[in-house]
Parts: sequence; C-alpha cells; structure tokens
Amino acid sequence: MKNMLEFEKPIIDLESKIDEMRKYEDNLDIREEIEKLESKVIKLKRNIYENLTRWQRVQLARHPERPYTLDYIYMMGEKFIELHGDRAYKDDKAIVGGFLKLGHHKVMVIGQQKGRDTKSNLYRNFGMANPEGYRKALRLMKLAEKFSKPVITLIDTPGAFPGLEAEQNGQAEAIARNLFEMSRLKVPIVVVIIGEGASGGALGLGVGDRILMLQNTWYSVISPESCSSILWRSWDYKEQAAEALKLTAEDLLEFGIIDRIIPEPLGGAHRDHTFMAKTLKKALIEELDSLIKIKSDKLVQNRLEKFAKMGVYEE
Amino acid sequence: MGWFKRSKQNISPDSQKREMPDGQWVKCSQCDEIIHNKQLEMNHWVCHKCKHHFRIGSDEYISLLLDRNSFKELDRKMKSGDPLNFVDTKNYKERINSTIKKTGLYDAVKTGTGKIDGKRVSFGCMDFKFIGGSMGSVVGEKLSRAIDKAYEDKIPMIIISQSGGARMMEAAFSLMQMAKTSSRLARLADAKIPYISVLTDPTTGGTTASYAMLGDVNIAEPKALIGFAGPRVIRETIGKDLPEGFQKSEFLEDHGFVDFIVERKDLKEKISTMIDYLT
Repeated sequence: MKNMLEFEKPIIDLESKIDEMRKYEDNLDIREEIEKLESKVIKLKRNIYENLTRWQRVQLARHPERPYTLDYIYMMGEKFIELHGDRAYKDDKAIVGGFLKLGHHKVMVIGQQKGRDTKSNLYRNFGMANPEGYRKALRLMKLAEKFSKPVITLIDTPGAFPGLEAEQNGQAEAIARNLFEMSRLKVPIVVVIIGEGASGGALGLGVGDRILMLQNTWYSVISPESCSSILWRSWDYKEQAAEALKLTAEDLLEFGIIDRIIPEPLGGAHRDHTFMAKTLKKALIEELDSLIKIKSDKLVQNRLEKFAKMGVYEE
Repeated sequence: MGWFKRSKQNISPDSQKREMPDGQWVKCSQCDEIIHNKQLEMNHWVCHKCKHHFRIGSDEYISLLLDRNSFKELDRKMKSGDPLNFVDTKNYKERINSTIKKTGLYDAVKTGTGKIDGKRVSFGCMDFKFIGGSMGSVVGEKLSRAIDKAYEDKIPMIIISQSGGARMMEAAFSLMQMAKTSSRLARLADAKIPYISVLTDPTTGGTTASYAMLGDVNIAEPKALIGFAGPRVIRETIGKDLPEGFQKSEFLEDHGFVDFIVERKDLKEKISTMIDYLT
C-alpha cells in the first residue's frame, strides 16, 4: 500500500508477509501457517482500529485512498447528470452536484470534491470551495425544491478557501446564505460527513433533517492543526487539540449533534470502496424513505427545532 | 425544552450607563492624539482628530443607540456549560470564570429589548472583551431567544456584531450556533419582520458567516475589519501581502456586502430611519 499511516504498519507488514507466503503455497505445506497468520491479522486489526485516538481518526478521515464524493455518486447511484455553475460568476470545481437516481429515489446530490493527485487536487482546490461553490450548491438545492426532490449533501473539506478572491466575493455571505436558506428548504435534506468536516466550510452544506457521519470522519469548528496553532501557539499540539475538540463521530453522536454513524469496513472506508458505498446507499435510502413521508411545513419546523436544541449553557 | 422560557431573576433592571473613572487619558491608536476619556465619550468614543472609532463594549452601544433607560436585559446570567471539559493551556471553565470576574459580563453578548426613538426593538450586542467576542452556546442561545422575541412581539431585530468568530473551546457546539441563529433569522424573515445587522470592528469567522451577513440591511462602522478568514491566514495561503484596505468596511461596501457605512454619531439616526422604512 503506497499510502500507509504509521499505526497501520504492523498490519500491513503482516499482510505482505502472508502475500509472500502465498507464492509458495502450492509447493510447501504452509496453508496452516497462513491461516494462523490471517486470523492474527484480523485480531490485530480489531485491536488497532477499535482503539484509535482522535488524531488517528483524523488521519483516517484524510486518507488519500478514501472514496470521495464522485466515487460515492457513481458507486451508489445511476444516471448522474452533473450541473455546473452558480449562474452569476463561475463554476467552482471544489463542489460538484447534480441529479442522481438512488435506488427508487430521484435526488439532488451535492458535495465537496477532493483530488487524488497534485494535478487533480489543484483542479479541485483540495476540496476547498469558494463563494461561487456555495452559491452553486444553493442554486441546485433551490432547483431540487422547485421540483420536489430531496437533497443529499456529502461533506469532505479541510475548510472554505481562505483566499483573497474568496473574501472579495463574499465567502462569509455565501456560507451564511446557505445556512439561512437550507434551514427553510421545503424538501428533505440528508447530510453525510464522508471525510473531513472543517468549520463553516463544511456547515455551508451541513444544515439538514438528518446528519450522518461515517465512522472514521471528523467534524468540528476548526482543524486540530489550526486549533493547536491558535491556542498553544505552536503546530506541535495537534494530537492534544484533536482530543480536546472531541471531533469524532462517536463524540458528536453523544452530543446530539449528529443522528447516526455509518460503520466503515475494518481499517477504514479506503479498504473497501464497494462495501462502503453499499452501506451508505442503504442508509440513505432508509433515511429518505422516512423523510419523504413528512409534510414540508412539518419538516422545516422539525429542522428548526433540531438545531434549536444544540448548545450547552447554565441559567 | 421551551424556547421562550426564562426565569425572572435573569431580567435585570433598566440599564445603567457605565461611568468611566475620571482623570483618565487615552492615546488614539491611529493618530497618537491624547484624548481625555470624558471628551472621548462625548464624541461617541471617536477620535476628534482622525475619526478613528475606538472599540467600545455593549454598555456603550446600549447608551448610544437605545433611548435612555429603555433597555431591559434578558438572560443576563446565562453562562457557558463547558460541554467538552475543554483544556488547552488553560482550562476553559477557569477562563470563563476569570473573564466574568474581569469584565463583569457573563458571556460575549447582551440581549434584551429597548427603544430607538420610541420604537420598540429586540436588541443584541456583542462584546469583544469577552474571549474575543467569540460565539459559543451562550451567544447562540441568547441571540436565538432575542430573535424569537422579535418574532413573537413583531418588533425589529437589531444585532451589533463584534467578534473573532466561533469559540474553539466549544468546538462543534459553537459551529452549530451558526446554523441555529441563521435558522431563526430565516423564520423571522418569513414573518416579514426586519433585521438590521450592524458590523463593527472586528467581525470575522463564524459570526460573519452567519447572522452578521444576513441583515435585510447590513450597516458597518468605518474601517472595521470584516471577513471570513483572518488576514494572517489569507496572507499565509496566498504568500503575498494583502492590498491596502482589504477586508475593511469600505472594501466590503465596494464589493457589495455592506449596504452603507455610517459614523457612530449618526448610527442611531440611521437605524431609526431604516426601521421607519422597514415597518
């Protein structure tokens, strides 16, 4: 595996040893030995992946071989038609969206898109959207509303782009407008954090009726690195910052900020794209089946109440 | 849990104008002019020489904008619950308690109702001196209740923003306050009740990316820093110095995100006139 995280090393070493032994399987009687090692790998995996620190989760969420938005779109659905542009300024490549057939549902799916290599990452701006990206997303949501189609958003971003043009074109206004309009959109919205959910850049697609997180993803107000640099005045405290921020799916489910965790294959979504996409598709169809039964006024009311409950204070 | 529930002891008596201790002199950070506090206050905390708008707190805005003794504060003692038991170089609970002691404020916003030229409004004013005016659960909840007050009583909503953004020590809870306040503003807008947003120095991050940018009318004080990302982060991202005046009120007006800029001495009159147009 070319992209190996440090804590995965013992597993990958053992796996390559097994692969090596397989080559001699026909000549030597080592089948038993291989089986022993295989069960050892499973145990080792369980042991490692069930005891990940929060920082290790962040690393998994950023794993460069994880499925990205377009991977999910093509694996989960059919007849995707991508729609481009905000009708005012530009087409932001960091956010993709369009109509998709998802099982028996016809939906509008929108999400941040990361690249796989330097070239595609530059094209996608590393999944960091500009204002025109948020405005494109809103245009597509309004289109879905007009034709009574549910919206699915897939969130995977290290943040909204902090650039000069982004500021000039109203990054803050674009995100604020999305929060405002998504909160009163008259069709169901299902939000899924599929990788990184960093701050306002994530929330700009994140207001919905059901908020799901894949098991090895993170969602918070700031990345652990930036948090470290601001509060500790050094980049070296990212592990502590990740712990302090309590940014994993389990944390957020406990806080009542998200509704559901979608389990990943052992070792992370990148280990089995097909299985991951199948699991997510099943969950999305379940959520849509129940949400489409709710009348739009009630849906909007419930959404308002859902976010109203978030916050902890003493009176 | 009801949205509108509040306990009686949280409502304070009419506001009292804070007295500056006499005999204090301050230096204008822009032109170095030495100004007497009294003189500064008489001039709405604006330098008489260079018109630099000094950063002022919620009490000062209340005395500037609301009719005398008309402010009735709500949820005065609402306090952060430290949901994450957050510890960085300091423990968040201690940070909160020492800031309360130091500032006399319970969190970074004051909310309540008041009158502007006799017209009743729901009013929220942030305060930078409380952990950089950062928005956590308390700011989100108090503003949401104030917006609901405007909705119930059908009175205009005014929010004065002054904030570094979302409060890191409440992590995802802080982030969700952006969604919470924006959704309440959407309901207010559906009821056709006006919301006037006033942006003062500084208004950045999650505050700008939620209620501060969502006014029917967005008004800014002169030369206030207004943006999403902070200037330092942008400079590091693009690897270049930022142009003169970047992310200042005038820049925002120029690019279409602020309706107009108004000097502090005219702020009350402009808001009052705007309320007349919008009601």
